[in-house]
Amino acid sequence: MGVEGIGASVARKEDKRFLTGKGRYTDDMSVPGMKYAFFVRSPYAHAKIKSIDMSAAKDMPGVIGILEGKQLQADAIGNIICGWMIHSKDGSPMNMGVWRPLAHETVRYVGDAVAIVVADSLGEARDAAEAVVVDYDVLPAVTEAVKALEAGQPQLHPEAPNNLIFDWQIGDGAATDKAIAEAAHVTEITLRNNRLAPNPMEPRATLGIYDSAEDHYTCYTTSQNPHVARLVMSAFYNVAPENKLRVIAPDVGGGFGSKIYIYPEEIVCLWASKKTGVPVKWTCDRTEAFLTDAHGRDHVSTVKMAFDKDNRIIGLKVDTIANLGAYMSLFSSAVPTYLYATLLSGQYAIPAIHANVRTVYTNTVPVDAYRGAGRPEATYLLERTMETAARELGVSPAELRRQNFVRTFPYQTPVIMNYDAGDYEASLEAAMASADWNGFAARKAEAARRGKKRGIGMSCYIEACGIAPSAAVGSLGAGVGLWESAEVRVNAVGTIEVMTGSHSHGQGHETTFAQLVADRLGVPIDSVNIVHGDTDKVQMGMGTYGSRSGAVGMSAVVKALDKVEAKAKKIAAHLMEADESDIVIENGELKVAGTDKTLPWFQVALAAYTAHNLPAGMEPGLKEGAFYDPSNFTFPAGCYICEVEVDPETGVTDIIQFVAADDFGNIINPMIVEGQVHGGIAQGIGQALLENVHYDPQNGQLITASYMDYAMPRADDLPSFKLSHQNTPCPSNPLGIKGCGEAGAIGSPPALMNAITDAIGNNSLTMPATPQKVWAALNAAN
Amino acid sequence: MAKVKMTVNGRQVGSDCEDRTLLVHFLRDNLALTGTHVGCDTTQCGACVVHMDGRSVKSCTILAAQAAGSTITTIEGLAANGELHPVQAAFKANHGLQCGFCTPGMVMTAVDMIRRHGANLDEATVRAELDGNICRCTGYHNIVKSILAAAAEMAGAQQAAE
Repeated sequence: MGVEGIGASVARKEDKRFLTGKGRYTDDMSVPGMKYAFFVRSPYAHAKIKSIDMSAAKDMPGVIGILEGKQLQADAIGNIICGWMIHSKDGSPMNMGVWRPLAHETVRYVGDAVAIVVADSLGEARDAAEAVVVDYDVLPAVTEAVKALEAGQPQLHPEAPNNLIFDWQIGDGAATDKAIAEAAHVTEITLRNNRLAPNPMEPRATLGIYDSAEDHYTCYTTSQNPHVARLVMSAFYNVAPENKLRVIAPDVGGGFGSKIYIYPEEIVCLWASKKTGVPVKWTCDRTEAFLTDAHGRDHVSTVKMAFDKDNRIIGLKVDTIANLGAYMSLFSSAVPTYLYATLLSGQYAIPAIHANVRTVYTNTVPVDAYRGAGRPEATYLLERTMETAARELGVSPAELRRQNFVRTFPYQTPVIMNYDAGDYEASLEAAMASADWNGFAARKAEAARRGKKRGIGMSCYIEACGIAPSAAVGSLGAGVGLWESAEVRVNAVGTIEVMTGSHSHGQGHETTFAQLVADRLGVPIDSVNIVHGDTDKVQMGMGTYGSRSGAVGMSAVVKALDKVEAKAKKIAAHLMEADESDIVIENGELKVAGTDKTLPWFQVALAAYTAHNLPAGMEPGLKEGAFYDPSNFTFPAGCYICEVEVDPETGVTDIIQFVAADDFGNIINPMIVEGQVHGGIAQGIGQALLENVHYDPQNGQLITASYMDYAMPRADDLPSFKLSHQNTPCPSNPLGIKGCGEAGAIGSPPALMNAITDAIGNNSLTMPATPQKVWAALNAAN
Repeated sequence: MAKVKMTVNGRQVGSDCEDRTLLVHFLRDNLALTGTHVGCDTTQCGACVVHMDGRSVKSCTILAAQAAGSTITTIEGLAANGELHPVQAAFKANHGLQCGFCTPGMVMTAVDMIRRHGANLDEATVRAELDGNICRCTGYHNIVKSILAAAAEMAGAQQAAE
């Protein structure tokens, strides 16, 4: 490893612009003639639109135009779709209802967009939006998935009777039932995975620019995957053909999944720019973000875990009801199915697994992938169940896990996944040593003397990342392939530009991708620029989510670098009159092995472009592209341990220590990887302790629609974290990377809940474990 | 509409704005100083923190008109002569930022925090003082580390100067 190569904690190249206020986020963009948009949104969770009266609003100061859904439909702009087809167990396709970018018949959640107002200033747009009179016929609403399935509940979409979107299953039901029937012990538990708002700190924004001379559209947007946005807006929403639509996702201030999807606002602002003849910018405010950004989680599940007399797991049966909100968002159907139930084997050898998942429409904002996406839900089920089982069986939670670990690889689970490499015991041992697990009893006794309840809990997680082999996801219903593309462009002076379809919105690609190039060619990272986020600059890409940038995105760069190196070696061999197989690339030079003949990198690059003396038949230039399609998922895994102290007087939980021991495969930049884990753990602790999206079940109003009401983790809610790595390289990609972006959010909630329930001696506790709930559970236990 | 004048990053500026214009929008829209961000509507997230007459304020919660005649420093005015301020340098060295959106507010808050506490800052104080700044990326771990490193560095530099 060089000082800037793979494995070095290089300070980030992109930091200077962020630290000096020179970052360029979508809302920072300004173009001549630009005007401001404000959306008229439904104040009701469920209503028929009787009429929309714009007469007062359209004459208000500064108003340029007000547009509604009927016009959008007349212009043949398409409805918003879900891109992953799931079939119910009876073979029928999922029941997808209609999602119009601007509703004109029915609104189905508070915040559903009805009209767009474009005005000279944001203030004037907002004033005029308030003067748009929408006459609603208010209908009853339902916000909870379990209730929405019951008879007599409000019906959201005619396509989905009883609000059921699909009733899907995976695994062997008969074998699992048999295991449960024959079990020496069955642990049964019902768990709710609370609904969360992703909350990247940069609110969504978009700037739509229509150029009438070229009949061309430019869309600046807060996207994790601008090429997917262009593809979907072209192919399905009929906004413009791909060659007439440029999508730019500049600096993006966090995503966590919520910026994967193509929302109504991007579509409507592009269309409105053409209709009004002005560039149209819309920036979400925070309450609007709570109302309209896709939420995450929101499952209710029952689990039965069967053990034989030796405490080996012999079967697992799961029944889940997942709330998908009012409409099916882009990946919403995949999250509670193939990103969830395929991970229900966890780190354990379980011979029989069966899961049934029903997804449901409710009068809430759509639910889709949020950091971890299905895998946190699976881990939460398994790890709370394992802890509960250990307590029921009277064995140590570590021992029960150890006894059931998968120990030989590859390991084929009964639910599709084929684990390729890992060492689960190594992470368990490391975490226990780091947390001084064996010293806990003494610490608990000491805490008891101070009147505090001390508890400790662990969680062993596995996830599937590096999403995903295209043929595999295609066979499971995905509408797209999940490869990645890259282009390595060596300039004539030897500097390098890497165009990648991955997108950085905090992950530090401009540094880590440059480290890869520096490692391969021995050039300084300052001579390498990473270009991403612009469909005019990067040929194609699938974007960043599912911890895929390293495992898939960088693998595409490796493939392109292979081609660049091969051509550079041919040129160098020709110029130095050596055999191509004797050329090595080291420290920015091409050398003839075993001799003192060398050529600096830039000179070979220059030779490629002057083309005065190239091998016979070789094309000039030094620029290569590649697509990489992974052959398997990757399987990061690890063990998290949390120790808490509960104040029995107040129910307040204090996190004493939080330990993470992870296997991410090979690591490019340890400092950046640790930063990803810190952030993930904070979001997981947020879920377990603080955060909850709450809709009023009577009327569907969102109660938690600001930072005054939704408890975001703050600095004094969290401890510093203790991290370590026990890495086993991933065998399926050239860099051996598994991915690290989501692990923290996946592994941490059950560790914390297991610690609190251990402290209070009552397992009946739901997330978030607020002081009120903890106090009540503690007193119920006593 | 009124013309509002103030000193921003050492430069005297004046610009017409609607009476309801908040300082953050005056900075962003009238002066094109887009480093100061808006992350919420309720004075909670702190992405908009700037210094007004030497003290940190949330620029989303003060009208531009209220700031008339004052001296404002934004994130763009912190680095001098192309050299990062010690707090900015510490954030870079300690990976105290990821997406960068909360960063300007975090840095401006940290500068004010160190001004008030100096080398007496400890982890608990930093965490308590960051109550008005929300970050979703870092889990605060490296932000706390950055601020403590900057406080130590600045105290050391001050001692060396004395």
